[in-house]
Amino acid sequence: MKKTLKERLAILSDAAKYDASCASSGTERRDSGRSGGLGSTEGSGICHAYAPDGRCISLLKILLTNFCIYDCAYCINRSSSNVERARFSVEEVVWLTLEFYRRNYIEGLFLSSGIIRSSDHTMEELVRVARILRTEHGFRGYIHLKTIPDASPALIEEAGLYADRLSINIELPTDAGIDNFAPQKHPTRIRAAMGDLRLKIDAAAEPSFRGRRKRFVPGGQSTQMIVGVDGANDATILASSARLYGHYRLRRVYYSAFSPIPDASKALPLIKPPLLREHRLYQADWLYRFYGFAVEEITRTRPDGNLDLEIDPKLAWALANRERFPIDINRAEREMLLRVPGLGPRSVNAILSARAHKALRLEDLGRLGVSLRKVRPFIAALGWTPLRLVDRSDLRDLFAPKPEQLSLF
Amino acid sequence: MLTLLLDGHGELAEWRAAARTLLRASVPPERVEWRQRGGATGDLFGGQMEGSPLPPPDPQAPAATVPRAFLELAEAVICHSDPVRFALLYRLLWRLQGERALLEMRADADVVQANRLEKSVRRDAHKMKAFVRFKELPDGEGQPRRRFLAWFEPEHFIVGRTAGFFQRRFTDMDWIIATPKGTSSWDGQHLRFDPAPANKPDLRDAADDLWRTYYAHIFNPARLKVQAMQSEMPKKYWKNLPEADLIPDLIAGAEARVREMAARAASDPPAFHHRLRAREKAAGREGDT
Repeated sequence: MKKTLKERLAILSDAAKYDASCASSGTERRDSGRSGGLGSTEGSGICHAYAPDGRCISLLKILLTNFCIYDCAYCINRSSSNVERARFSVEEVVWLTLEFYRRNYIEGLFLSSGIIRSSDHTMEELVRVARILRTEHGFRGYIHLKTIPDASPALIEEAGLYADRLSINIELPTDAGIDNFAPQKHPTRIRAAMGDLRLKIDAAAEPSFRGRRKRFVPGGQSTQMIVGVDGANDATILASSARLYGHYRLRRVYYSAFSPIPDASKALPLIKPPLLREHRLYQADWLYRFYGFAVEEITRTRPDGNLDLEIDPKLAWALANRERFPIDINRAEREMLLRVPGLGPRSVNAILSARAHKALRLEDLGRLGVSLRKVRPFIAALGWTPLRLVDRSDLRDLFAPKPEQLSLF
Repeated sequence: MLTLLLDGHGELAEWRAAARTLLRASVPPERVEWRQRGGATGDLFGGQMEGSPLPPPDPQAPAATVPRAFLELAEAVICHSDPVRFALLYRLLWRLQGERALLEMRADADVVQANRLEKSVRRDAHKMKAFVRFKELPDGEGQPRRRFLAWFEPEHFIVGRTAGFFQRRFTDMDWIIATPKGTSSWDGQHLRFDPAPANKPDLRDAADDLWRTYYAHIFNPARLKVQAMQSEMPKKYWKNLPEADLIPDLIAGAEARVREMAARAASDPPAFHHRLRAREKAAGREGDT
């Protein structure tokens, strides 16, 4: 008997939840004010709900189908799994997206698919959903499409006209890992697809002779790496990310702690997902992208190449580089202020603005919303020097969590 | 001492007109008491309470100017539900006449407080854009435009401030957002705001059931992080979210679901997997020759 729409929605959202990305940010601003249609995007995304796993629900994140001819060990939809299978028609996905959007449940659609028949056939179906939403329904909400490995360039080209973001998952940080756990995937071809897309995005950004730029994937491309499947350490993972950001100018690399799935493969351990490790990788990724840190600076602090789980990577760097402190908050440059544990870009901006008018004391920092407990050992301010506090051998203990909290992980 | 009574529905114009007059008459902030009509103190005196007449302008007073940043800040702060907002903004306005760079002094007590109120308003407006849930009105058949109604309970007076966002997004449908702090509506021609408190309507929408299905199934029970959820989706919003009453059961059942996944040994692959892999092998052999 054919499954109802609701039953298939259940199966195909279960099938999609291991993709960490749900962002609706970073695309162009547009709205329906003049067209009289439906949908808008602002610079920053909106999370319309949060699930009890703490993740933002911004998009309708579903698979067109979870039938798949690939057999990737970590994947709930691999061909060797006995998970229940279902598929949506293109029209059903269009309908669900529009009806969810009208009720303000979502910012838009994130559509992926298991690979059926061929890469091109699968990609064609994804593109058809986006085309109908944009051209037949005038939909201006957010669309994220998954790029199917080995799909033809013409299909990617068309997908880019409708989608805000395209992504293709590298899944594992090393080629050996991919060969091992995703035998049908080819890392060189995945990277070639990222490279092609980057060239297309760059070409569209070039103004034509009329000075106009083509609208093409304004939210850029992203990818995901699963953490804890192969034996790669954090230094390997982050170096791989840095290459992806550098060579293919990805907007985001998502890290997804491998988590138990129904009917899991025997090849993989069903352990608690390494959520804390995932969190530290995101923090390190942030330091690389927004704080001016090189990956090696962050991963050098421990001999095994893994990030410290007890303390965040910025604090770990500071403790390993104590001779650089204290930093005088009334004179130091932005780059150095950003390296102080406890100061983020927002508080650094506030400090730069406030100190132009008067020399700052610790109390002033407190009023700017800075946690004094965190920054005090690392800074000098008017009326405050940390008395070589950074040389204290117990400095780490001031910040590291108490042992009983660790047992949680 | 002058007493000023304002409606305080979140629109700057009312406060701005009063503040401009006071400034022209050189009335210092400590000589003004600002009150919200119908607010806690106003109620004590019933309807008899009236504001003081505004003073005539002081011909000696210089023309008042403010930086644009102040107006942007004031437009947000005026939406806050704390009655101190009127006096705080007037104090800032007064001080700005002498201290032009005041707003950049981010550690100044008045500036800190204004930024705190602004942040709270911005967050509430952001959450409103996220958590409003439209329900379709059933009697729309035969109408050219579909009609939707939402009930929301904001913390601050932000219904007017967010109306433009909903209009630009939901342009092709008629909608009403009713709240205890006023109602906004759009009919394709006019965007309206009515400050009168609305009552909670009783509405059902069949699509909520599909949304609840999605919400329950996009949740990964192996990564329970209840605190992270609640800091972004505080409980005060739950009562108007159709998905929120699923949360307790999803949390309660998560551990058992993970245990079950771990306990179940991997089953034998389905038949189509064997066919696929056999085909792959054959193709590989062909490729070799």
